[in-house]
Amino acid sequence: MLEDMNVDDIVGDYKEATLKLYNLHSRKIFYTETEVSYPEGKLIVSTTDTKGVITHANPIFVEMAGYTRDELIGHNHSILRHPDMPSVAFKDLWNTVNEGRKWEGIVKNLRKDGCYYWVKATVIPNVRNGEIVSYTSVRRKPSVSAVDESIKLYKTLT
Amino acid sequence: MPHMFTISPDFPPNSLAGWYIFNTWFQKNTGLNIHLNLYNSFEEQTIAIDNNKNDIVYVNPVDAVRLVRDKGFLPIARVKNRLDEVVIAVSEENPISMMCGLKPDLKLAMTANPDVNMISMMLLEAVDLNNSNVVKTTYDSYIIVVKNILKGEADAGLFLAKAYDDLSNVVKKQLKILLRSDVEELYHSLLIGPELADRQDEIQTLLVSMTDNPVGKGVLEALDFEGWLKIENEEMEFMIDLIDTLVPDTD
Ligand SMILES: Cc1cc2nc3c(=O)[nH]c(=O)nc-3n(C[C@H](O)[C@H](O)[C@H](O)COP(=O)(O)O)c2cc1C
Repeated sequence: MLEDMNVDDIVGDYKEATLKLYNLHSRKIFYTETEVSYPEGKLIVSTTDTKGVITHANPIFVEMAGYTRDELIGHNHSILRHPDMPSVAFKDLWNTVNEGRKWEGIVKNLRKDGCYYWVKATVIPNVRNGEIVSYTSVRRKPSVSAVDESIKLYKTLT
Repeated sequence: MPHMFTISPDFPPNSLAGWYIFNTWFQKNTGLNIHLNLYNSFEEQTIAIDNNKNDIVYVNPVDAVRLVRDKGFLPIARVKNRLDEVVIAVSEENPISMMCGLKPDLKLAMTANPDVNMISMMLLEAVDLNNSNVVKTTYDSYIIVVKNILKGEADAGLFLAKAYDDLSNVVKKQLKILLRSDVEELYHSLLIGPELADRQDEIQTLLVSMTDNPVGKGVLEALDFEGWLKIENEEMEFMIDLIDTLVPDTD
């Protein structure tokens, strides 16, 4: 279960939304129109277990998410879910990696402070002895044109 | 038959003597008979490795992944405080001062170093540049890459950051860094072939403890290394996963 976001953590004017996560529970979130730009030259890396629970996060992942490491490890990756992201994108992500294939996509992520950041994410299943044991996601800086296209596309999807 | 030891051809030439000193020390401390085998190019090295010519290697992450996965090599150690980062640089006289100034039809000068090229292409993707809209030329050494940038034959060069930093100050003054990566996850590694598998723990302990005695320290100094860090099997697996996300799909 993910707790609701805390209004006291939000910086500046915000909107409110309720996300339905893994079709089971809902989470109240607050988000602003402030973008945090992708850190130049870096890779944001995390690993999850087979259910999407974060098991490893590199320092820049923690910094960009705005949470403490403890608030991230052991929690579902949907802690970064932004309301502007269409759920079909994540359905496609899970279908793809569960088939043992690599997924790539442009993702808008929500920070603890309500700001957002865009990434180009690549997610792969980690196969050991023929079985998927975990998933790794590596994000890099997306191009301006790729983000613009995604903004347009995601508005048409739900 | 002696064991064959090879190191990535991207080492700076002045550390060559260091590797010979290391090999002498290593043989003495393991009792193994080892011949140091150096190749002039990545191409030659790859062919030799593929023909099972070497069972001790010091290689870049891309080659390490191939050797561990396809050839059953095992991780030993990596060099302390030595990560594989890249520098993308242009001539000091180039009006471009930021990555976003780089445009399609860019002429890139590079070496055959596979991890430098992989990381660089990933960084260039952020400004909409990719294999289909850049012109790449591969040269034998970083100094030739520099010459081509300065002659105007290439717009930008791709460097292993350590190799860039080791260029002389006179050369560096004529260049301008557009971007230095800060990936912090990729490194060269020393690996052993499967036939040496039963020596893995022993060799790891031996290398990690080099800093504990004056002779070991002297050998490390000759290599310009601060020391070795053990690579756990799981760390190696993690680097393999990471490389998998970074290499473009070939299919
Ligand atoms: C390795 C990995 C990394 C992920 N990274 C993100 C991420 O950065 N942001 C995000 O919103 N979802 C990410 N997801 C997808 C989430 O697990 C989740 O599916 C998504 O946030 C949508 O939530 P929902 O599945 O509960 O609808 C990732 C999944 C995996 C397996």
